[in-house]
Amino acid sequence: MLGTMRGGDLTGVRLGAAIVLGKMTATLSRRLQQGGGTTMPGRVARAVEPRLLPLLSRRLRYGSVIVAGTNGKTTTARLLAHIMREAGHHPVHNRAGANLAAGILSALLEDVDLRGRPAGDIGIFEVDEATVPRVLPHLAPRVAVFTNLFRDQLDRYGEIDTIAGLWRAAGEALPAGAVLVANGDDPLVYEAVRGLPGRLVAFGIEDERHALPAIEHTAEARYCYRCGTPYQYALTYFGHMGRYRCPTCGVGRPPLDVAAQDVALEGPEGAAFVLDAPGFGTVKVTTALPGLYNVYNVLAASAAAFVLGASVEQVRAAVASFAPAFGRAERIVAGGAELRVLLSKNPAGFNEVLRTVLSDGRRPVVLIAINDNIADGRDVSWLWDVDFEHLAGRADHVIVAGLRAEDMALRLRYAGIPDEAVDVQPGYEPALRSAVSRAAGRPVVVLPTYTAMLGIRDVLRRWGAVGRYWEH
Amino acid sequence: MGGGREVLGALSAPPALRICHLYPDLLNLYGDRGNIMVLVQRARWRGLPVTVTEVGLGEAVAPDAGDLFFIGGGEDRQQRIASDDLCRIKRAALEEAMRDGGVMLAVCGGYQLAGRYYRPAEGEDLQGLGLLDLWTEHPGPTTRRLIGNLVIEVEGMDDPLIGFENHGGRTHLGPGARPLGRVLTGFGNNGEDGWEGAVSRRVYGTYLHGPFLPKNPAFADRLIREALERRHPGVVLSPLPDAQAARARAVMLARLGQRAAG
Ligand SMILES: [Zn+2]
Repeated sequence: MLGTMRGGDLTGVRLGAAIVLGKMTATLSRRLQQGGGTTMPGRVARAVEPRLLPLLSRRLRYGSVIVAGTNGKTTTARLLAHIMREAGHHPVHNRAGANLAAGILSALLEDVDLRGRPAGDIGIFEVDEATVPRVLPHLAPRVAVFTNLFRDQLDRYGEIDTIAGLWRAAGEALPAGAVLVANGDDPLVYEAVRGLPGRLVAFGIEDERHALPAIEHTAEARYCYRCGTPYQYALTYFGHMGRYRCPTCGVGRPPLDVAAQDVALEGPEGAAFVLDAPGFGTVKVTTALPGLYNVYNVLAASAAAFVLGASVEQVRAAVASFAPAFGRAERIVAGGAELRVLLSKNPAGFNEVLRTVLSDGRRPVVLIAINDNIADGRDVSWLWDVDFEHLAGRADHVIVAGLRAEDMALRLRYAGIPDEAVDVQPGYEPALRSAVSRAAGRPVVVLPTYTAMLGIRDVLRRWGAVGRYWEH
Repeated sequence: MGGGREVLGALSAPPALRICHLYPDLLNLYGDRGNIMVLVQRARWRGLPVTVTEVGLGEAVAPDAGDLFFIGGGEDRQQRIASDDLCRIKRAALEEAMRDGGVMLAVCGGYQLAGRYYRPAEGEDLQGLGLLDLWTEHPGPTTRRLIGNLVIEVEGMDDPLIGFENHGGRTHLGPGARPLGRVLTGFGNNGEDGWEGAVSRRVYGTYLHGPFLPKNPAFADRLIREALERRHPGVVLSPLPDAQAARARAVMLARLGQRAAG
């Protein structure tokens, strides 16, 4: 009896100490400008109290949502937080990229008071694909959103089958009342969540006009995950997203609970479509997020919001008022030119971004910045899976920057871009200057890998074109 | 019309580069198609006609389907599917093509399959083509993968080959194969003996995965020349401007603390 009581006291003391230390670390790292305090507080506090993540997250009145997937998880999580905020909630939300356990914990630490009481009422956390197994049991999420699975940073994540398997195994620990919001157009995601505890809410696109003439070479899931038979695709939208079916075991795209119909893409300016969600309602939505890949992000966030009780009108209004984050097609004016920075980190995403920025025929100036730091993936082989051939004849100037600028220039050479159209400027600032000086009224599109995006943002911040990054 | 040289000289059409790409949509893990793009472009830039024949699962391959056969890498699941298919319906034809002076480039997973067998971390052995006298064993799922930039020195070539490797399997050569090169930076075949890749006749295997030919144009041209020689002995390739490849090589060699030759 005595032992139990003392144990309880110790837990309370440790919890308080962990919170105080975490908060001090946040203040300190912000003051030292060490990355805005996005992960260190969590790391420090967790060392004091290893169970801090479950202890704090369970205090959120409406529980937690996790958003995982290769592409679009930052946008999806931010949009979902925006919708829930507009619907009257107070979401706790981790910063873009701070999506390992320490980043999620840092967000919680920032939200709670010294006694561990949260100001927010619902956690909306983007989670790194490979980190799902580590955080899912601790968060016991009410809703788990799975956006898509693409080949990305094989040197870091390993094979994508492995990721699908990790999700599947982790999903077994979901509470029975949980809801799985999953991309039904992605056979790998569907195979990862099929049959897990909890209700499945599948989302996808229902618009044959956006079907590609043929399956792209970046398609990952050509062969049934179960039996190895090639999937039969009635149509594909991009990569391996589409209407698939295995002729041997009969598994195919599930019926969609939340679908995008009548999709109108307006180049880099955004998109509009009919959001059809039987059981929730039907509404026409417009968004500043461009491209078919962002239609999926809007679908994922909307589906999760419906599950959490938002109305179609709340979703419509919030989707319409949502402003893209830095690196996600936010419009920036710098040096008299209009810039759009679109994070481009893997072949499927890069191809979609290229399709989107080249679709309006404005012949943009293109700046491609490729790094091979750990957060980008050290292996840049994937550049040869991107269809840079699309740039030939559609852009007059391509500026290449980053640690792998020379490799990128070599890739463009083999893609048939004339040498004289390519300016190699490894430094971000000279590269941006070159791009802006060549704009002459045309848009400038900047396509960076993750760490190159941070470098470019720093330059634009020095130029006064964007704010400090922890304000995002 | 006497010896080989005159035959080529008398030709009205330039010699054609015939590439056969095995499993382009199954074994394409790391931008492997970049190697094909480089071979095709370098032939085209020289005015040589090029054909690329893609041969997938369940399709038979003719020994004459190409003069340069390429096989890329895949994940274990894809490798297993390819192994069955290769041994069942393609092995005899590929053996004949190699006996007849054909060239093969096998990278990463394809390299493992060109050997005698691959023992994965879990599950049964995968049978290989046996075109290279080597075997590969994965020491288990908890063992460190061999990942990173890879630079090797190849006998008879002025410049080292530069690329990236990412493999769990450790490859060991038998007496019938010689290594492609000596590791200057990275792990190579097994991270222990300092050797990388394997060569036997004109079959080349390497852990330099994905698109390693763009930055190694001299090796790309060696493959093109050897492939053309199968039907046009004595062929000579005109040089191409490779300054951009040289710059990309120099940047990476400097980062890795290696000196660029020339
Ligand atoms: Zn099947």
